[in-house]
Amino acid sequence: METIEILQNAWFFIIGFLFIGYAVLDGFDLGIAVLMPALAKKNSERQQVMDAIWPFWDGNEVWLITAGASLFAAFPHTYATVFSGFYLALMLVLFALIFRAVSMEFWYYDEKRKHIWSWAFVVGSLVPSILYGVALGNLLVGIPIDASMNYGGTFFTLLRPYPLVIGILGLAAILLQGATYAAHKTDGVVQERAQKLVHRILALYAIALVLSFIVTVIYLPQTLSLFPVWIAAIVTVGALSGVYMWSKNGFDRKAFMSSSLSFIGLWGIVGTTLYPNLARSTVNEAFNLTIYNSSSTQITLTAMSIIALIGMPIVILYSFYVYRIFKGKVSIKQ
Amino acid sequence: MDAVLLSRIQFGLAAGFHFIFPPLTLGLTLIIVIFESMFYKTNEELYKSISSFFIKILALIFALGVATGIVLEFSFGTNWAEYSRMVGDIFGAPLAAEGIFAFFLESVFLGVLLFGRKKVSRGFYLFAVIMVFLGGHLSALWILIANSWMQTPAGFVMEGGRAVMSDFFAAIFNPSTFVRFFHVVVAAWITGTLFTAGISAWYLLKDRHVAQSKKVIKVSMAIFISMAILQFVSGHIHSVQVTQLQPEKMAAFEALWETTEGAPMSVIGIPIADEQKTYYEIKIPKFLSLLAYFDPNAEVKGLNAFPRDEWPPVMLPYFSYHIMIGLGTLFALMAIISGVLMARRKLESTRWFLWALVLAIPLPHLANEFGWIAAEVGRQPWAVYRVLKTSAAASIVVPAGQILFTLIMFFAIFTLLLVLFIFILLKLIEKGPQTGDEAGY
Repeated sequence: METIEILQNAWFFIIGFLFIGYAVLDGFDLGIAVLMPALAKKNSERQQVMDAIWPFWDGNEVWLITAGASLFAAFPHTYATVFSGFYLALMLVLFALIFRAVSMEFWYYDEKRKHIWSWAFVVGSLVPSILYGVALGNLLVGIPIDASMNYGGTFFTLLRPYPLVIGILGLAAILLQGATYAAHKTDGVVQERAQKLVHRILALYAIALVLSFIVTVIYLPQTLSLFPVWIAAIVTVGALSGVYMWSKNGFDRKAFMSSSLSFIGLWGIVGTTLYPNLARSTVNEAFNLTIYNSSSTQITLTAMSIIALIGMPIVILYSFYVYRIFKGKVSIKQ
Repeated sequence: MDAVLLSRIQFGLAAGFHFIFPPLTLGLTLIIVIFESMFYKTNEELYKSISSFFIKILALIFALGVATGIVLEFSFGTNWAEYSRMVGDIFGAPLAAEGIFAFFLESVFLGVLLFGRKKVSRGFYLFAVIMVFLGGHLSALWILIANSWMQTPAGFVMEGGRAVMSDFFAAIFNPSTFVRFFHVVVAAWITGTLFTAGISAWYLLKDRHVAQSKKVIKVSMAIFISMAILQFVSGHIHSVQVTQLQPEKMAAFEALWETTEGAPMSVIGIPIADEQKTYYEIKIPKFLSLLAYFDPNAEVKGLNAFPRDEWPPVMLPYFSYHIMIGLGTLFALMAIISGVLMARRKLESTRWFLWALVLAIPLPHLANEFGWIAAEVGRQPWAVYRVLKTSAAASIVVPAGQILFTLIMFFAIFTLLLVLFIFILLKLIEKGPQTGDEAGY
């Protein structure tokens, strides 16, 4: 393998790692927000739910910003094609993320409109939680990319059965992250509700997995012959069994860890299905955007590798340290 | 309507709205670092109450900055896909570096600031405050590296129509990076210190939180005075650099139509590009040559030295640049007055000047926005100066109707956010610094 190819492969993994980081971390704060109506009935309980994520959500969202910027820097053609192709869908995500970001501050201070901001928090989290999966589903099943690397579909092209099913799967995974996190991080009545929710969401997750399998058989049968995909699938299912076992026996922290592992399994399925593509073309296989034809040059990838290798370990170190500062359960404020 | 124009308006709206918040963050974290250090040294509750008060305001500003900032990063892919293809090899790296080296640092430690007061030692808390300060400034550095590369691109070669990196350090330390960073950070510190000084002035006028306000106003004005004067130095260096590296931009700023030896500085006027004429103009003879080259008879390039289709618009950069300089002059004047008042120990009791400080809170924001408009509109018609035209940078596949729809949405959302931001900010100021156990939320 030539140096440039090694770098291109390395960045496939680094970007995958960044998206896994985003999914696992922002997954729990998106998930807990979507579940807010089921978890909290009173303002004091809503406050408790928000307190459980308040110190972290900013830092968690930076994983998305960094993953996006890394995709831009390492694979600019993919970034350009996919982001412009998914224009309206991504704008919906942006509108939602804007409201989600400000809704907590506004909820806290704007006494008269608390109910509005609490709904902005829920809906602002729900929209991206669904659309992320839909977007990934589109990359997996393919989008109309032409010879000049441009997207030829419309907004509705994105809403085909396969991506919609993956959207449900993504939502289920995020909800499970949120519910297991709430069970692990809160106490009292909110924790009890969260523990009950875990099992219902597991059922939804299982249904979504079966549906995903069915649509994969229909739309992407070649995936089933890929050995690494099966390993990732086994990790996912194994992790979900872990969530079931541990949450049933009250090991909430382990259940949360196991739910996080299921996310890694899902991303494993995505990565092994796609590789070496980043976005499949439904027009012609030759138009697929791959890690080879859509990447930056060797100089840029080298510089980026040095930045990531110096920077990310430090980020992980202090993030870990700060998470430890806030370990322990969050209770209702008196 | 034209998709490129709509995308330009949308990006301008998003960047202009976003740009309200980061300068405030930088200046505010400077004040927080100072008072948190004083608390660490003296263990006096007074300093803690000041620091905690501004941290609450910082949380609000930061939330709005994050919410609006992510729009910009996405926009390069959604609205400027051709730009991403053509220059992504260079432009993406500083954005990624900003996330890795700066934004993580700022966001993760902000969590400690907001909720960790009782959970960590005073020393670690101060460390976290410094990390937020550092993270914010590093973030500004990387973003300005990216922006400077659009103004004075370097460290690249053209390959098949794409700009590809040839020298990483030449690209990031391009000729305008440091000048711009210096200029913007000084502007941010002016913004932040006038903000904290204005709030303290309000309390002093209302005879509330007097002990805290006396401390804050002194520290804020001391920084403000030095920054307002330093900004003349940085502004001068920046102008000289623009004259040399983007001469048609300076020609537009000064409405200098013809290349002139001993060029005058335009103080005020109405420049009409189509007539190549400036109406009602007042100018200082030979001053532009003197400022740009330290030689009253030096030649300064006029707009006519450049092809008409490579001219920037003239009127908007001209007015933006002049309003910015006008406001900068006003700040220097305020700096002198407050210096005199401080020397006479009358700053806290001079009511008319306290009122002036309150009313001045929004002015640095205007200066920031106009400075930014001058810099970016003055770069037109280029997205990347003399490398890529803005008209060739937009996404090909996004229909104008969709952009119009999202533009209207952004306009509505940003208006709402601005109203709520001011509403909650006023509420926080009304509540004021708390003593005792009210740290954090």
